[in-house]
Amino acid sequence: MANQNFSLIFEHSSPGRIGHSLPELDVPEVDLTKQISSPYIRESEPNLPEVSELQIIRHYTGLSRRNYGVDSGFYPLGSCTMKYNPKINEDIARLEGFSHIHPYQATNTVQGALEVMYDLQQSLAEITGMAEVSLQPAAGAQGEWTGLMMIRAFHEANGDTNRTKVIVPDSAHGTNPASATVAGFEAVTVKTNERGLVDLGDLKRVVDEDTAALMLTNPNTLGLFEEQILEMASIVHEAGGRLYYDGANLNAIMGYTNPGEMGFDVVHLNLHKTFTGPHGGGGPGSGPVGVTKELAKFLPKPILTKQNNEYVFDDNRPHSIGRVKPYYGNFGINLRAYTYIRTMGAEGLKQVSEYAVLNANYMMRSLQETFELPYPQHCKHEFVLSGKKQKKLGVRTLDIAKRLLDFGYHPPTIYFPLNVEEALMIEPTETESKETLDGFIKTMLQIAAEVEDSPEQVQEAPHHTVVKRMDEATAARKPILRYKPE
Amino acid sequence: MEFRYLPMTDSDKSAMLKKIGINSTEELFSDIPEKVRLKQPLNLKAPIDEHELTKELTNLAQKNISVKSHTSFLGAGVYDHYIPSIVDHIISRSEFYTAYTPYQPEISQGELQAIFEFQTMICELTSMDVANSSMYDGGTALAEATNLSVAQTKKQKVIVSKTIHPESLEVIKSYAKGQDFEIVEIEEQDGVTDIEALANELDENTASVVVQYPNFFGQIEPLQEIKQLLEQQPKSMFIVSSNPLALGYLTPPGEFGADIVVGDTQVFGIPSQFGGPHCGYFATTKKLMRKVPGRLVGQTLDEEGRRGFVLTLQAREQHIRRDKATSNICSNQALNALASSVAMTALGKQGMKKMAWLSMQKAYYLKSKFEEVGIPVVFQGPLFNELVIDMNQSIREVNEKLLTKGFIGGFDLEQMNTGMYGKMLVAVTEIRTKHEIDTFVKEVGEIHG
Repeated sequence: MANQNFSLIFEHSSPGRIGHSLPELDVPEVDLTKQISSPYIRESEPNLPEVSELQIIRHYTGLSRRNYGVDSGFYPLGSCTMKYNPKINEDIARLEGFSHIHPYQATNTVQGALEVMYDLQQSLAEITGMAEVSLQPAAGAQGEWTGLMMIRAFHEANGDTNRTKVIVPDSAHGTNPASATVAGFEAVTVKTNERGLVDLGDLKRVVDEDTAALMLTNPNTLGLFEEQILEMASIVHEAGGRLYYDGANLNAIMGYTNPGEMGFDVVHLNLHKTFTGPHGGGGPGSGPVGVTKELAKFLPKPILTKQNNEYVFDDNRPHSIGRVKPYYGNFGINLRAYTYIRTMGAEGLKQVSEYAVLNANYMMRSLQETFELPYPQHCKHEFVLSGKKQKKLGVRTLDIAKRLLDFGYHPPTIYFPLNVEEALMIEPTETESKETLDGFIKTMLQIAAEVEDSPEQVQEAPHHTVVKRMDEATAARKPILRYKPE
Repeated sequence: MEFRYLPMTDSDKSAMLKKIGINSTEELFSDIPEKVRLKQPLNLKAPIDEHELTKELTNLAQKNISVKSHTSFLGAGVYDHYIPSIVDHIISRSEFYTAYTPYQPEISQGELQAIFEFQTMICELTSMDVANSSMYDGGTALAEATNLSVAQTKKQKVIVSKTIHPESLEVIKSYAKGQDFEIVEIEEQDGVTDIEALANELDENTASVVVQYPNFFGQIEPLQEIKQLLEQQPKSMFIVSSNPLALGYLTPPGEFGADIVVGDTQVFGIPSQFGGPHCGYFATTKKLMRKVPGRLVGQTLDEEGRRGFVLTLQAREQHIRRDKATSNICSNQALNALASSVAMTALGKQGMKKMAWLSMQKAYYLKSKFEEVGIPVVFQGPLFNELVIDMNQSIREVNEKLLTKGFIGGFDLEQMNTGMYGKMLVAVTEIRTKHEIDTFVKEVGEIHG
């Protein structure tokens, strides 16, 4: 068994077998070859699998067993907020009156769905301290780009067309500079100081009359709160720039503070992080944006509003940056987030942040003597360790991550943020029990001991997974991106 | 109040505080300046128990009319198709839906292989060399394609046919603003792209030509003629947006020399869910493989020679290349791509063709029925599963009347500022029965008078 490949669905295929149940034609047949000219009628058949229903179920059940989710075990993947995905959310999203409504139905036939959307907009505005929210962006990166396009439109509306730069910290997620580029800006980096916070002196240096915006997440990517956020806000605002909040780390501060209080002008949220949308193996997510009053008229259109007790879409928004996505956003994910917010309320969300932060600090203090901790202050919802000590013994952070797989854990985020050598970024989330945290801590200490006593045990890991380390270099050099029959 | 998602007990909490060396969790928040602290609790609705919440949201769901409670003839980019029962069973396996992006291949072979199979199926349907792991949706996939064409050709003009989905056109315009390139729109002529107008616009500054096949009006665009035009500007790229189901019966864009083919796989196993999440696909040529936005899965071997899969060619992506990335996209629509893979697998080689063929048969039947009762069908060219009728009266009012008869009527073309008052875009799929079509046409005929 050990050396066998797991078959592709195409390799189960046998001509003539079917896995579907389509209706038979019940109208008089038309000769389509008389309607469609021959160059447009497909000659070569697509090579799709021909398999029975049970074969499909066995195949995908087998695949699922070769995969690892939050329900499988602890998933302390920093910056990804891998918290529990409540099951009631899934049930609600599958109610027929939500899952089978068409985006072009008349608004008076979908008032229930619009009420959910409206209420969610209001809730997210309250949580973030913003004036208005749009649910349209599909995911975090699209939310970032949408936010930056609004800032661009704002400056342009003021006749301020020379603001070409967007400032991002050197610890920022790669989507920040990438979104700045796609929105037509130049990304400029601001340095992190020795305490892991934005270097104010460097910020003053890079901010000038060309500055369109500063993009920031707070707590930052090192899991540290930018204590001088108000000073930073005034540096940027006084230069005429605007402040963009990347909501990736909102899980740390709900009910304690919010981007509005901190002086931010635009916010995007990752509903698939803080608000329990399941990650789905890479998506779909949802990335709503919120703005202050000043920027509200630039929001993507249409805007959902309430008029005379009826929910309607307002498309008459002359200053809007336009549409960023067809229809109204990822309703199915927004619905899950709404269900979660209603389950928790204000009190619950504040506890979420309290425990997310408590859990991270507990783990950090339990590991700080064994692994190097570059920034010693209290962290927020996540913290970053360095595998420097272990590297000196010939074991890389990558090896530690792979060794964790043998113990049934998903490893932390590694080699990110870029400004910490051999980084291990750990985010336990609030939904994990103390027993789980203790088990992981114990394992990390054991691996550190192995690094000293039997480094090859770690260097050669994983030992117990369905495949061992993959040859990624060959995959990139000679890409095979699809199956072709032999 | 206590919450079922929060497991810490008082004794856990005090042991943890002790380890940290503090007395209360408040101390962990002492770095948040007083000035930015919230002075009062968030003003949200009170938390609610599971039973009550289910009741409340079920009531809200029941306020909506759905394509299950009524018989729908509404399409315009989102279609009511057969969804095999197995789809939801498979995507409900939590090893799939509670997983993150497969960055650790040793414990993510399931997702990686599923994406590899998805990429293969999209290549097969479109006749393209390479497909990515999916995009947000068809509209943004098209915008990414136009961005790529501008970056690749270093030309500034994108020619877009007005017969593409109007909301995709709006999205392209928003993206074009970010990248400062020009969008030139080509009018519709007899329901398809005005070829003469296209020929006049096509020049050496053209980055790409964008058409939809079948187009927004259900008509089959003459890709062969467009391709011939493009031969005069070989550096300009040919971008085609396609309903992938149609490619079960129609010649795929890859065979007409398309450089990029995009679209939405909502038609395969994904419910309409008020417009999202759906699932974009992005397919292209080998030449553009290293310019593709989003994630790609590749096949390789592990240390012991076993076949396996990894995320690959990541040097294109934002987390490596940052501001020089080919796109800012990070997530994809993995779970929906999985749903579509399962549906495509269930359909298989025969079912794909049959489902496309059934949809077309029903569309031609619908057309003949409309003509029988004297309702003009506006465009007479070859069609897939949608057609435009001329009611010469407010479609909003027509649809209100149809609703009382149990029907969700077609799309009001006036809504899109297309200057098409009184015209309705009507869609059928393989699951609309003869009886449903006959009754619908009878009701529409009575309203038409």
